[in-house]
Amino acid sequence: MATYLEFIQQNEERDGVRFSWNVWPSSRLEATRMVVPLACLLTPLKERPDLPPVQYEPVLCSRPTCKAVLNPLCQVDYRAKLWACNFCFQRNQFPPAYGGISEVNQPAELMPQFSTIEYMIQRGAQSPLIFLYVVDTCLEEDDLQALKESLQMSLSLLPPDALVGLITFGRMVQVHELSCEGISKSYVFRGTKDLTAKQIQDMLGLTKPATPMQQARPAQPQEHPSVSSRFLQPVHKIDMNLTDLLGELQRDPWPVTQGKRPLRSTGVALSIAVGLLEGTFPNTGARIMLFTGGPPTQGPGMVVGDELKIPIRSWHDIEKDNARFMKKATKHYEMLANRTAANGHCIDIYACALDQTGLLEMKCCANLTGGYMVMGDSFNTSLFKQTFQRIFTKDFNGDFRMAFGATLDVKTSRELKIAGAIGPCVSLNVKGPCVSENELGVGGTSQWKICGLDPTSTLGIYFEVVNQHNAPIPQGGRGAIQFVTRYQHSSTQRRIRVTTIARNWADAQTQLRHIEAAFDQEAAAVLMARLGVFRAESEEGPDVLRWLDRQLIRLCQKFGQYNKEDPASFRLSDSFSLYPQFMFHLRRSPFLQVFNNSPDESSYYRHHFARQDLTQSLIMIQPILYSYSFHGPPEPVLLDSSSILADRILLMDTFFQIVIYLGETIAQWRKAGYQDMPEYENFKHLLQAPLDDAQEILQARFPMPRYINTEHGGSQARFLLSKVNPSQTHNNHYAWGQETGAPILTDDVSLQVFMDHLKKLAVSSAC
Amino acid sequence: MSQQGYVATPPYSQPQPGIGLSPPHYGHYGDPSHTASPTGMMKPAGPLGPTATGAILPPGPPPPGPHQFGQNGAHATGHPPQRFSGPPPVNNVASSYAPYQPSAQSSYPTPMSTSSVTQLGSQLSAMQINSYGSGMAPPSQGPPGPQSATSFQTPPRPPQPSILQPGSQVLPPPPTKLNGPGASPLPPPMYRPDGLAGPPPPNAQYQLPPLPGQTLGAGYPPQQEANSGPQMAGTQLSYPGGFPGGPAQMAGPPQPQKKLDLDSIPSPIQVIENDRASRGGQVYATNTRGQIPPLVTTDCIIQDQGNASPRFIRCTTYCFPCTSDMAKQAQIPLAAVIKPFATIPSNETPLYLVNHGESGPVRCNRCKAYMCPFMQFIEGGRRYQCGFCNCVNDVPPFYFQHLDHIGRRLDHYEKPELSLGSYEYVATLDYCRKNKPPNPPAFIFMIDVSYSNIKNGLVKLICEELKTVLEKLPKEEQEEMSAIRVGFITYNKVLHFFNVKSNLAQPQMMVVTDVGEVFVPLLDGFLVNYQESQSVIHNLLDQIPDMFADSNENETVFAPVIQAGMEALKILFQPQTNVYDSLAKDCVAHGCSVTLFLFPSQYVDVASLGLVPQLTGGTLYKYSNFQMHLDSQQFLNDLRNDIEKKIGFDAIMRVRTSTGFRATDFFGGILMNNTTDVEMAAIDCDKAVTVEFKHDDKLSEDSGALIQCAVLYTTISGQRRLRIHNLGLNCSSQLADLYKSCETDALINFFAKSAFKAVLHQPLKVIREILVNQTAHMLACYRKNCASPSAASQLILPDSMKVLPVYMNCLLKNCVLLSRPEISTDERAFQRQLVMTMGVADSQLFFYPQLLPIHTLDVKSTTLPAAVRCSESRLSEGGIFLLANGLHMFLWLGVSSPPELIQGIFNVPSFAHINTDTTLLPEVGNPYSQQLRMIMGIIQQKRPYSMKLTLVKQREQPEMVFRQFLVEDKGLYGGSSYVDFLCCVHKEICQLLN
Repeated sequence: MATYLEFIQQNEERDGVRFSWNVWPSSRLEATRMVVPLACLLTPLKERPDLPPVQYEPVLCSRPTCKAVLNPLCQVDYRAKLWACNFCFQRNQFPPAYGGISEVNQPAELMPQFSTIEYMIQRGAQSPLIFLYVVDTCLEEDDLQALKESLQMSLSLLPPDALVGLITFGRMVQVHELSCEGISKSYVFRGTKDLTAKQIQDMLGLTKPATPMQQARPAQPQEHPSVSSRFLQPVHKIDMNLTDLLGELQRDPWPVTQGKRPLRSTGVALSIAVGLLEGTFPNTGARIMLFTGGPPTQGPGMVVGDELKIPIRSWHDIEKDNARFMKKATKHYEMLANRTAANGHCIDIYACALDQTGLLEMKCCANLTGGYMVMGDSFNTSLFKQTFQRIFTKDFNGDFRMAFGATLDVKTSRELKIAGAIGPCVSLNVKGPCVSENELGVGGTSQWKICGLDPTSTLGIYFEVVNQHNAPIPQGGRGAIQFVTRYQHSSTQRRIRVTTIARNWADAQTQLRHIEAAFDQEAAAVLMARLGVFRAESEEGPDVLRWLDRQLIRLCQKFGQYNKEDPASFRLSDSFSLYPQFMFHLRRSPFLQVFNNSPDESSYYRHHFARQDLTQSLIMIQPILYSYSFHGPPEPVLLDSSSILADRILLMDTFFQIVIYLGETIAQWRKAGYQDMPEYENFKHLLQAPLDDAQEILQARFPMPRYINTEHGGSQARFLLSKVNPSQTHNNHYAWGQETGAPILTDDVSLQVFMDHLKKLAVSSAC
Repeated sequence: MSQQGYVATPPYSQPQPGIGLSPPHYGHYGDPSHTASPTGMMKPAGPLGPTATGAILPPGPPPPGPHQFGQNGAHATGHPPQRFSGPPPVNNVASSYAPYQPSAQSSYPTPMSTSSVTQLGSQLSAMQINSYGSGMAPPSQGPPGPQSATSFQTPPRPPQPSILQPGSQVLPPPPTKLNGPGASPLPPPMYRPDGLAGPPPPNAQYQLPPLPGQTLGAGYPPQQEANSGPQMAGTQLSYPGGFPGGPAQMAGPPQPQKKLDLDSIPSPIQVIENDRASRGGQVYATNTRGQIPPLVTTDCIIQDQGNASPRFIRCTTYCFPCTSDMAKQAQIPLAAVIKPFATIPSNETPLYLVNHGESGPVRCNRCKAYMCPFMQFIEGGRRYQCGFCNCVNDVPPFYFQHLDHIGRRLDHYEKPELSLGSYEYVATLDYCRKNKPPNPPAFIFMIDVSYSNIKNGLVKLICEELKTVLEKLPKEEQEEMSAIRVGFITYNKVLHFFNVKSNLAQPQMMVVTDVGEVFVPLLDGFLVNYQESQSVIHNLLDQIPDMFADSNENETVFAPVIQAGMEALKILFQPQTNVYDSLAKDCVAHGCSVTLFLFPSQYVDVASLGLVPQLTGGTLYKYSNFQMHLDSQQFLNDLRNDIEKKIGFDAIMRVRTSTGFRATDFFGGILMNNTTDVEMAAIDCDKAVTVEFKHDDKLSEDSGALIQCAVLYTTISGQRRLRIHNLGLNCSSQLADLYKSCETDALINFFAKSAFKAVLHQPLKVIREILVNQTAHMLACYRKNCASPSAASQLILPDSMKVLPVYMNCLLKNCVLLSRPEISTDERAFQRQLVMTMGVADSQLFFYPQLLPIHTLDVKSTTLPAAVRCSESRLSEGGIFLLANGLHMFLWLGVSSPPELIQGIFNVPSFAHINTDTTLLPEVGNPYSQQLRMIMGIIQQKRPYSMKLTLVKQREQPEMVFRQFLVEDKGLYGGSSYVDFLCCVHKEICQLLN
């Protein structure tokens, strides 16, 4: 099915879309029997160097409930200068500017290769980007120093006209005024008191006293830039000031007694940051960047008390309902996240500490607003420094790879309805005819807000086929979906990207093979995984696993070829062959297994899983393993314990970690120093090869993965051993009697066992 | 002996006859007052004094000279006789009578009482105060005379009261005449009702005495006064000439009663002058228990010889009654006004510091009293008996010392705590909060930078001044730089804290906008050493005025900011009484004292705001309607003074007493969480705490009443210390002793504080009544138990309380006790606050301002001119007078002031050219100017508040303000004149006696 693979790849490159099914079952009933829902992974801002934006505005369908954008699928009557909306069939007049339109003179949006097109809006005031640093000062001296340097460095990376602000916090929260000469001025807030947005704005002097005149005109932030500019200033004006200010930043001076945690007012600091932007620049692109070195220990949003003898909650505590601050803190951050999202701002969390920092409670801040979440051990590590720097990388046009305040509007043809979305977004609660009753992910709407996104931000969007079985679609009929993403480009322009796709309908009863062949198992795995992770946030882990298992079994029953009650006869076609393996690794992944992970780590992993594109997501589900040896060029090998051989070097990429593992023999050679001997230069090259490859991955990845260089018997080898399929364990390895490979000390089932069970269940008529 | 009895003849009592005759006498001196004064007088001397006394009353007079105390009494006694002889008219008769036939007196009384009425009329014209007089103003002059005579004559009765005769001895001739006639016939009855029904006769008597004196002095009234100097008379001298006429007329028949002659009633000025003359400049050694110190107005050198200097403790009486029954009978408050950090002049020895190292101060095991001269060492020095609780304690080994032959430790004179009344201990860690050595204290300057203050330049003024003032932070003498740390806060509707850490390139400002729940936003760098952070602080102070300069940009928007500024304060300091109260408590608990400088242009609720400074031992300054060009000097002086003055922090005071009595009530800038510990976040050299004592058992005359006041505090360098003041008082079962040992200035201080405290929960009317009643009661008790029998209508004042009525009247007239719409409640609250922390000297001046004639200035002299009484009648068109009460200073310019004086002082050609819109006198090289400014300097010197000078031209509108301070006159806003009040009190007394 090379053709389908090509088709899929082509679509992905052009539109940034991967569907689980590329031929759609034409009835509701059939669709539900497909087990894997009709869904797609959409990367709204996928980089398209070949796609320059057009300098005009899109033409919209005139039906108020539709407003779909003119696209290549529309029927056009060139003579009458009319076009028919392919979603609602409304006939629309072209606007006057399209007067010269003809078969040979078509606007770009009508050409098939422009199924994805980007419009640049010239209207409206352009507002500069805003970066508000929220900095924890309860750090160790060298950590703080490193952080200060990173922040100072970042000033040089910001666009010159971007506005920056600084809030620091510890026991108190300080909002720094940046425009003062001769004296550095800051507004100070108690770290224990929750304040409403109104109070914050009053206290910061952001609200003008009500005068009759101003009451008549509702607040328009642009009208008093002087007020807001006290805290948010263009970088080019105050970079010296701010550099000095950052340089003078001291650790939180309040004494921390033995056995206590420093008092850290993260909750209030964030609340003030949100309130500040809310009052001054609503609905403009802004990043709140929270840098924290420990858990919030006081005030609203506190995650743990300041007594060191009481450790921060673990999964165990949470299961036992013993995490006394969790619910309240989560509520606080959710409230903040929702407000932030409503204002179109996003919150990044950079948490660097050896212990947990409360990401579990704060995750929604990043998740709902499209902000980044970065977790590290210390600000004084290259992991943080480079990750942070990478945020400000630029694309081929010299623009930042970030966009703000986006709304994603999805339109479907009438056979389809929208069930929901999973990704860094919040619902805009726009009901419409194409919104399904059944929710998958964040549903009940046809529009979502994505406050911060980058070229890799990817949403899973789930649909429901609503066409009734008794209303067949004519042969050759196609279903269409249009994605309209309105956003603020990093150059501050407003832009609209429109992607319109169409897929064939097929009758599942008669054309199941077509549908089967058009199954995108990678996309399906990721989409199912997203659903699973989404459920895992609210359900018990075992329930989610059971659900996933059941789905897998049903899928196998539906698409497998087998004789009833004969597991050995079970076969899956190529387009499904990898799917069970993905599920096997997914079950073992940190997204669903919390064992051995702290709640923070789980939140961190899930955060990234819910926003990365398909390739990265797949790596997360099933890490990639390369093997280096003298026997040939590097080759990908099975993620299996049998791949761990004494004379190989392994490179594993789990997305979060890059592990280089030297086999036993290799490690001994290296220890003996052969690589330094001229006659063994090839060994030197062998050692170097994975390092170079790893470097390549490190260069491109965001966030920077943890880089682990280990060898046979090394303590860090556990990163590798925990990922590979335990085909050889202490239980079976003698039985297998193989000399190669490395036994894994685990009771986890191996892929083999998993598959055996799966086959057995699939062919069983019992279920 | 010392009973200085003091008899004033009831004003009218004077039989007309007397009057007729008396005229001459009066003319001389005005004397009755003089006569009266004699009683008060300490000065032995006056020509009269000696002679008279000597001659007539051997017992009293002479001794007076020697004994300070005695003198007065003596004097009084002395005079009487003389007088008696003197008075020509009826009085004379009487008087003459009296001397000769004491017995007669007795008879008189009765008659007098009846007749007194009649006399009253006559006397009204001039109230007479005879030193002894006439005691009770028996109606009929006759009687009084005798009585008085008797009283005087009988030397044995030491406690001769001076008798105040309302009568008009004083009255110049004319009046007398008038009185005479008019009075005799009609008045008597009338007066009585008034209560004043004075004993005319006594007057006569008194007058007589005066005569002699006067005769002497006759030539010159003043002289007489001098003579009588000792007595009140002195003061009155000045006007004899003109005066007689005036008063006389006034006294005139029409309203004789009202017109008691001022000169005839006890004069504070005279009392002050007498004390000054007799004790001023001398050494007063505190070696004797129960001795009465010189008046606060008298300068002398005090030598601590075992009792605390009166600078530290002054008592209302130096002889406590032995039983509570006695105390109740007399109703004299038993109280001490303690000013633990009083400034000691450079010619006196500063307090010694005792350091017992780690063992700390030696204390009684039972009552915890500190080692002091009242501890009695026994058993060869191995043990000692506590003078307070009588517990026998072992002497700690390190403290052992052998005793000498009189049972005194050999090191008695080497150890301050054994031989001195006041000294300090170094406190050990046990005396520190949480057993940790205290941090060095800090000053936090909070500056209101709201719109109005920026606009009128006040903020700039303050910032500029702070640069200078900070150089002069108080420090221990041996230290190079002050240990006091400083911090800065500005506020308008929000608060701005400043980080001025020395290593900062520029100050950091931290804005706290959550005024509902204020907190300190920074730890490090807020409180700094001035020297170390000088450049940053200067940088800051330079910037502050400009920093908020743009707050006027949107004037309309910020119109409410002025109010918001106040709001901020209010929110901060007193939304509700209890919040505010607890704020103050918190302050004290943390050793934080608040001093408030207010610049209100409208009502700011001083009563509430002021509570914080008051409870925390801070000071309240108020500059209403502050105007830069007029008021800045006053403010700057206050600011400097406040910062530079000696102060102790985080203080707890405990007053211990010997058995039989205890401290029951405390008044001042204090906070009390229990009944014994007086907590003060700070206490400076101007703050006094008044302590009232009550009996809980009998006191013995032998052991007396001992008081030990211990103040635990932190010095400006952060050292924890104990300051101990010990004072021994006498006890007596004789009421006479009690009255003899009273101190009116301290009494008034006590009355003022207790009344002002009561203002919060009792109606003013009730409070005033209580004061009047108690005054009457005290005097009536005296009259009943100590004074020689005399006519009931005679007003007899103990010598020690001669001026109690006038002072009491001043207190009653104070705006705090008189609610009048003309006076803002803020002003009342302000004054109330001030008085609550005042020491005796300050309260004395506050209630009875100093009025100095400037036109009679002797440019060659360096002493202050003699003060005159605070009455309009003492002013003259051709005079210039300076008036000061510790808060205000006025220069009153008579319409026909001498041009050369005007030229000299103002450097302008004439009265009309004087610009009164200034608070500073030009510096003119002229001796008048120099002298005047020097005088003002001297007056200002000892006062805690800088006085703003107001120039008042006679007959111009502002004179009204000035007149309020003429406290002997009828108050502008109510309040009776001295004379009226005296009559009123007399009436009360008469009622009580009946």
